[in-house]
Amino acid sequence: MATLTYRDALNHALREEMQRDPSVFLMGEEVGVYQGAYKVSRGLLDEFGPMRVVDTPITELGFAGVGVGAAMVGLRPIIEFMTWNFALLAVDQLVNSAAKMRYMSNGQVGVPAVFRGPGGSALQLASQHSQAFESWYAHIPGLKVVMPATPADAKGLLKSAIRDDNPVIFIEGEMLYNVKGEVPEGEHIVPLGRADVKREGKDVTLICHSKTVAVSLKAAEQLAKDGVDAEVLDLRTIRPLDSDAMLNSVAKTHRCVVVEEGWPFAGVGSQVVDTIQREVFDELDAPVLRVTGADVPMPYNKHLEKAAKADPGKVVSAVNQVLYNE
Amino acid sequence: LGFLGGHGIVGAHIPLATGMAFAAKYRRTSQVAVCYFGEAAVNNGAFHEALNMAALWKLPAIYLCENNRYGMGTALERASALYDISERACSYDMANEVVDGQDVLTMNASMERAVQRARNEQLPTLLEVRTYRFMGHSMSDPIHGHYRTREEVEDQRKRDPIAVWSQRLIADGLMEEDAVRAMDKSTLQQVEDAYQFADQAPDPAPEELYTHVYAEEPREQ
Repeated sequence: MATLTYRDALNHALREEMQRDPSVFLMGEEVGVYQGAYKVSRGLLDEFGPMRVVDTPITELGFAGVGVGAAMVGLRPIIEFMTWNFALLAVDQLVNSAAKMRYMSNGQVGVPAVFRGPGGSALQLASQHSQAFESWYAHIPGLKVVMPATPADAKGLLKSAIRDDNPVIFIEGEMLYNVKGEVPEGEHIVPLGRADVKREGKDVTLICHSKTVAVSLKAAEQLAKDGVDAEVLDLRTIRPLDSDAMLNSVAKTHRCVVVEEGWPFAGVGSQVVDTIQREVFDELDAPVLRVTGADVPMPYNKHLEKAAKADPGKVVSAVNQVLYNE
Repeated sequence: LGFLGGHGIVGAHIPLATGMAFAAKYRRTSQVAVCYFGEAAVNNGAFHEALNMAALWKLPAIYLCENNRYGMGTALERASALYDISERACSYDMANEVVDGQDVLTMNASMERAVQRARNEQLPTLLEVRTYRFMGHSMSDPIHGHYRTREEVEDQRKRDPIAVWSQRLIADGLMEEDAVRAMDKSTLQQVEDAYQFADQAPDPAPEELYTHVYAEEPREQ
């Protein structure tokens, strides 16, 4: 095992896949000469040259479409968005072109592309730079949505996403790039569509993804001091959702809290709760609760921003509710 | 490659074709991407973003604007501040031409120049092809409606490229009138056969509903 940052784990996945397959290329703003806005693509221009590490103008709709078009004729583009906030300009290409091409061509034309970049909030970047859009993309049939929480998953999932024949929305955690963790040496692949138990427990299941995995693990530590043994289930892939993993855990603990960074309305948690109540209603000892970001544009003020985010305290409080401790 | 489909969002396929031109350059093939769109698409952001990148990266692409004067019911001059669409290429330092789309030989020569430019110099071209729409915008749209006169449509019909070309072939003694008429008839029959084939093809089975959403079906949710 090597200890890597999340950033370097992603970098290694890019490098290995570009070495492995000459049809893989990286395109986006500042990915080349600048070495990446978040340095995920550091060193790649030197190694692979400007035809495979392509700096673009600030033109998200245009270069997302270039990626889809190149994928339609068999290349495997990795399109980097500097952040998913800026990718809003490219939504037409993701939803109307990437997600639809296979279906509308009756399977003749696929789009084996990865669209990646950081999502969610960082610190005081304000409303337009602090948004979690995974539920938007997960809503669209034809797209897969992947959100790693650890360096090992970041590497293994990105490699799977690049090899996948479908368009994959790969949302990295802006606050996770510096997080260090152990990454298996050599070929490390994590299949899409499989959740992962990050902490085993028997009293309550915390279902989370991306940054809220760390939030949930912290909450679990606090709960342990009160004698509550929480299981933390990291979804890793939002679509396809690993229903079996969720249901197995809830069948064991009988209580569940879903934690996510995004807004509450029609969030990822809404889908998780729908699945749980439909499939294992009789296993539940309490209604499933959700901890989400506040239902407001992200404030700039640091105290208000803190109040708007899902944090361990809110998770502990929700767990106490489902345990009827309050 | 080959034919990569018609696309339902105005202008959205212009970046796609640019990606295909990028792929041709990436793979060092002699392929050229040809993208057809109407004059109404040139006011769309995707057009500008794509043409800028094609010129910047020197891609073998031909952007062929079929300027038929109307975007649905809106005349070009009511939608575009610039009348000569070809001039938009100047913004990207891109080769461009205005082409009489009603003349087969002129069209052919312009296209040939654009293909050579793409193949030999790896440079894109914007062709503004001036033509006319003889029918309504869609099945439910009348031929002239409120936005143009019957006289205008009738006047333009005199320059129908098929009629003009047929007359020329006959005048130059390259084809007999009977042969032109026979060709007309066999083409109409071909279209009719294609229509009948599509109309009589069986509907997809109900279980086809979920086919081809993904390359491999995700697990049941």
